[in-house]
Amino acid sequence: MYQYNPVDQTLVEERVAQFRRQTERYLKGELTDEQFRALRLRNGLYIQTHAPMLRIAVPYGLLSSKQVRKIGHIARTYDKNYCHFTTRQNIQFNWPKLEQVPDILAELAAVQMHAIQTSGNCMRNTTTDHLAGVCVDEIEDPRPYCELIRQWTTFHPEFDYLPRKFKIAVSGARHDRAATQFHDIGVHLVENHAGDIGFRILVGGGLGRTPVIGQVIRPFLETPHLLSYLEAILRIYNLFGRRDNMYKARIKILVKETGMAEFTRMVEAEWGLIRDNLVLPEQRIAAIKAHFEAPPYAADANQDNTFEQYRLDHPAFAAWCQHNTAAHKIAGYRAVFLSLKAPGVPPGDLTDQQLDAVADLADEYSFGEIRTTHRQNLVFADVKQADLFPLWRRLSELNLATPNIGTVTDIICCPGLDFCSLANASSIGVTKEINAALDDMDYIHDLGDIKINFSGCMNGCAHQSVGHIGILGVDKKGAEWYQITLGGSSENEAAIGERLGPAVAKDQITQAVLDILDVYIKQRLEDESFLDTVKRVGIDPFKEQVYANH
Amino acid sequence: MQIIKDQQLCENSWHYVADAAAELPVGNICVSFSRWLNASTALLHHDGLLGVRISPSDNIASLAGSLDRISLIELDFPTFADGRLFSFAWLLRSRYHFEGEIRAVGHYLPDQTFYLSRVGVNAFEPEKPEQLALILGHFQDFTAKYQDSVN
Repeated sequence: MYQYNPVDQTLVEERVAQFRRQTERYLKGELTDEQFRALRLRNGLYIQTHAPMLRIAVPYGLLSSKQVRKIGHIARTYDKNYCHFTTRQNIQFNWPKLEQVPDILAELAAVQMHAIQTSGNCMRNTTTDHLAGVCVDEIEDPRPYCELIRQWTTFHPEFDYLPRKFKIAVSGARHDRAATQFHDIGVHLVENHAGDIGFRILVGGGLGRTPVIGQVIRPFLETPHLLSYLEAILRIYNLFGRRDNMYKARIKILVKETGMAEFTRMVEAEWGLIRDNLVLPEQRIAAIKAHFEAPPYAADANQDNTFEQYRLDHPAFAAWCQHNTAAHKIAGYRAVFLSLKAPGVPPGDLTDQQLDAVADLADEYSFGEIRTTHRQNLVFADVKQADLFPLWRRLSELNLATPNIGTVTDIICCPGLDFCSLANASSIGVTKEINAALDDMDYIHDLGDIKINFSGCMNGCAHQSVGHIGILGVDKKGAEWYQITLGGSSENEAAIGERLGPAVAKDQITQAVLDILDVYIKQRLEDESFLDTVKRVGIDPFKEQVYANH
Repeated sequence: MQIIKDQQLCENSWHYVADAAAELPVGNICVSFSRWLNASTALLHHDGLLGVRISPSDNIASLAGSLDRISLIELDFPTFADGRLFSFAWLLRSRYHFEGEIRAVGHYLPDQTFYLSRVGVNAFEPEKPEQLALILGHFQDFTAKYQDSVN
């Protein structure tokens, strides 16, 4: 993975010093709440329901074991012994003390980490495919480009006070696992007719209150022009994006109100004026790529024959292999998902002890690297098949081997009313209730690929509008109610879910989900997936059953 | 009143003339963008250097052809959060090759000094005199950078 050079290290250390001074000025009353707000947000610090919340950047979801140990240390020393993994592949602490935040940032800087631009109206952490570099359907590893974008977006002097937040995602595979069609900018590595690798650039996608699928602004961009093209889009957005209404300030609204053709013309005209000033030299791309070279894979990994035997002897292990591991481009290796969605546990949370143990296991089994996923799980990307059985046993002891990846209980869930000051309704408690009602693993596996995304308010941090089943918490006269959508998807065939009907009450939502699953079981044809069934039969059969009972 | 120019404290030698004022005072004057649009000929005959105060909603491109006759551009922040003025500064320097003074005025934060200077702002009028030392300190926030801008 990428290792800091002296420039990177200097920048994060100087940022800590800057924020320490700003915090001191705030505590002395020399900065107003509003002024300090803008500064702390750009350092990941929110003021939440109970305490400040600190969001730490995990650039494109990649962590070393050393960094994970540091997160464990911070959880133990400065927080309540746990952390939370977010849908932007980042990490959140829910209980830091404001005056200790500069110390936490200094601890992070010591392991090449930071919280820079994890909130505020600026360019946020760039995300990517959690299987980047190892998946079988990859055109090219997107991570070097993510790192180039990380450096370009960090402390960009012109674009730190944008109309609204700005998110970029990069995918290098044929199957989009990074929801690039729902980002302000989506970058897809593609191959043109001549066999050259370049980028397809999408713009104006987004979730939140107004979900929009991004549109292609440039079908093919040569790799040396990546940053100049981003600069052109950002300048047009910074100059012309709406600043009069925060709900209409994202680039998707600018694209919609300007019209895609005119917006494209503006960006292309801007790009024409700057494209030759910011060219990525081949040597620079090569130097960054060198940070992402493949680890020393064992040439004989696929000679192992214990794996098959273990699968035959241990059905629980076989089920875990089927659901919680993914194919790897190197024969004899698999990528392993660590499920952070065990029953009874808040989705996406990990304790300090689990963090330490995960770091040790990564060192032992996966070249010391850990990835975070936008569905709030972790990945060991490079595990030898011979190691899967011992790893499974160790993960089971840690409660990280629930075989539910990609199933109905692998729910994306925001912190909701329990922690977040924006939320209208609780999400963690209801998720636990749904999880408890779905306690039959055979039934869960029979349901197959179903993605439930659950947000506690319209801001949609859990991307409910692209969940196969989306649940949105709303406030009705002080009571918590839940709107349901069906048929959303953030993958290749991007779709925004269709509203099922009126919101249901808190004591009905779990039953409503069970009803929806029941209709699917009755309606599906052979191996038809949930999403395909919803597409084929529409929402009416689901509607009938859900509202017949309520 | 003191300001900061090219990272040095100095006296402000400019007078901002409110739109309501009919008479132009002697010396270097700065006027609003709308006054410039309405009375540029008269302003150019004034004895002294001329500056124009720009707000984020003004059309900066329309100034491009006149910049050789303008010595000061003031970027007037209605709020520190209005980032358009950062792009204006970049455009003035990089695209329109403006070599005069670009001054931040209004409600920007001293904490934005470093980024403002990177995009080409070379003068800073503080909201309050006690901010002068703070602004001077912020030029040293970072000693490294990831991307090119004006500086």
